[in-house]
Amino acid sequence: MSTAAADDDVLVRVEHLVKYFPVRAGALIRRTVGQVHAVDDVSLTIPRGKTLGLVGETGSGKSTLARCVAGLIPVTSGRVSFDGRDITGLSHGAMRPVRREIQMIFQDPYSSLNPRRRVGSIIGDPFAIHKTATGAERKRLVQELMERVGLNPEHYNRFPAEFSGGQRQRIGVARALALRPKLIICDEPVSALDVSIQAQVLNLLADLQQDYGLSYLFIAHDLEVVRHVSDSVAVMYLGRIGESGPKEQVYGSPRHPYTVALLSAAPAADPEAAAGRQRIILAGDVPSPIDPPSGCRFHPRCPKARALCGEQEPQLEVKADDPATHLTACHFPVEAGENLAAAGRSELT
Amino acid sequence: MSLTGLEIVAEEVPSDAPVVEGRSQWQLTWRRLRQDKVAMAALAVIAIMILLAIFAPVFVAITHHPPNIAYPLTGETAAGNPVPPGTAGFWLGTDGTGRDLFIRILYGARISLFVGFVTTAIGTLAGVSVGLIAGYFGGVVDLVLARFTDAVLAFPYVVLALALAVVLGPSLPVIIGVISFFSWAAIARVVRGQTLSIKEKEYIEAARSLGAGPFRIMFIDILPNLLAPVLVLATLYIPTAIVFEATLSYLGLGIQPPTASWGDILADAQNFYSVAWWYIVFPAAALLITTLAFNLLGDGIRDAMDPRTERIFAGAAGRRRRGRLRRGALTGGANFPNAAYVPPDHTANPPEI
Repeated sequence: MSTAAADDDVLVRVEHLVKYFPVRAGALIRRTVGQVHAVDDVSLTIPRGKTLGLVGETGSGKSTLARCVAGLIPVTSGRVSFDGRDITGLSHGAMRPVRREIQMIFQDPYSSLNPRRRVGSIIGDPFAIHKTATGAERKRLVQELMERVGLNPEHYNRFPAEFSGGQRQRIGVARALALRPKLIICDEPVSALDVSIQAQVLNLLADLQQDYGLSYLFIAHDLEVVRHVSDSVAVMYLGRIGESGPKEQVYGSPRHPYTVALLSAAPAADPEAAAGRQRIILAGDVPSPIDPPSGCRFHPRCPKARALCGEQEPQLEVKADDPATHLTACHFPVEAGENLAAAGRSELT
Repeated sequence: MSLTGLEIVAEEVPSDAPVVEGRSQWQLTWRRLRQDKVAMAALAVIAIMILLAIFAPVFVAITHHPPNIAYPLTGETAAGNPVPPGTAGFWLGTDGTGRDLFIRILYGARISLFVGFVTTAIGTLAGVSVGLIAGYFGGVVDLVLARFTDAVLAFPYVVLALALAVVLGPSLPVIIGVISFFSWAAIARVVRGQTLSIKEKEYIEAARSLGAGPFRIMFIDILPNLLAPVLVLATLYIPTAIVFEATLSYLGLGIQPPTASWGDILADAQNFYSVAWWYIVFPAAALLITTLAFNLLGDGIRDAMDPRTERIFAGAAGRRRRGRLRRGALTGGANFPNAAYVPPDHTANPPEI
């Protein structure tokens, strides 16, 4: 993304990351009949101590990108550097020390905790796996962590089923925090929670970032949540980044029609302001990632699409009048004050 | 949506709060199992049978009738037939060669239970290992192991067991080996299926992201989730193994005389069924009661492991009990109805964190 930033400020650098999942068919002889283009040539950076918000619809490849960065699934091509070191294609053994530095918080507070294990054992898992503490020492550390994330340390002997959704997510946070990682990947950490509980967990994450200098890759489909937590934002559509930049830029003067449409679809806290803004209804569904559209992937649904959009793929670049950190992949970026809802598509058809 | 202004207040921990320990799956299962009268009766029968088998030598000391000693004078009628129960100190009568039937049934129980437990233990261990490895690693490993499992399940096992017993010569180790060989496949198949579903859970991914290796994940994260179905299967497999051993012995390819075994006794008793009913009824009853008890216990464990079944069969008492617990959970804010813990008063401070 931005090459202007000095490398010392960058914790994670993702370069031209591609992840395809093969689609297989056949009962006895399995053959590959296609590829799901989950992540297709994505480049981004996560600055040290900051939060990068990643938004996009279901199926846009957000979680796949997260798992590639976490080293949980092998990448098809491209590279992920963490702290200046290439971590793509490392063996299980070579990856182990890196895993201490990158932790994940998962979406579902119910399925991300093993129901058969006591909370103390779940939070103590990182210490056990990396053999950093045992016995009474481990118990003390676990109880400290529980206290830090706002759980009653006396409850270390309980099972996950005995906690509420918000408390369970705190258990997940404590587990991720145990080894004092540099990066925590939050894969929709609050989308399964009630709104009031969401706020508490988000505040906790913000406090922890301040105290421990954590960097977050924060994935969500809730635009308001991303606006609240992020320093910079990247918008994904069908495996590609459509627009990225500081959150003030992306939210304040979005350039990609998809970003504009997303923002217009989000429910607003202020109904009077909402009534005044334009509402863009996108036609159709997200196309299949097995056979993504040619050219710009958004062009079949884009209100501004022209013939060029179906032929040539737009590059992620700085558009006129934008600061150097605000990148947009669009041939015909939205201008300030432009009414997208009125834009015609006659030239394409 | 408002995301600001809410601060987290850590819950105050009363210093005199009792140490709270969540009840494990096993504690809950045991609690439910204790409510199940049929299962508890079955458990009692099994316990009595095991005690009788263990203390068989004590009964020998009481009756002065060692298992392999024949009593042609007191233990047989003039015609050479067995004597009925209660005759000359033979509590359940004698067998075809004038031996104490009661003592021989006790010694037969030792063999049956030993074979039942040992083969089930071996079969469970092997089945769990094969199922876990096949399910977790997948790919070629799974292909080979799963097809091998299917092949073993497809064998006409009685025929093969007979053939093996003939070739290898009937003896206790051979019997145990043969029965174990046919017992692991069903468990492996269930374990493989469960592993396939559990390994997609997020907590497995969480373990991988922490750097856990495959064996740690298999045995620490997946295995505890499998123990419930495996325990039920194993409990239900014990009677199958006992019957299998009795079948082999009955056909003369199991435990060899003079060692007592229920299958042997039943085979011999066939020749006397018209003159000595006790000779066939008592060993058959021992076999029936034991296998029935294990089956009922297995069913009970399955019901106890799966709380959904409770709702179907719950009587008024069960409803009352649950209602009370639910009310307790609501007022107290303890999140688990069975937590034996009186929570502090949260009225001033909402319990939800």
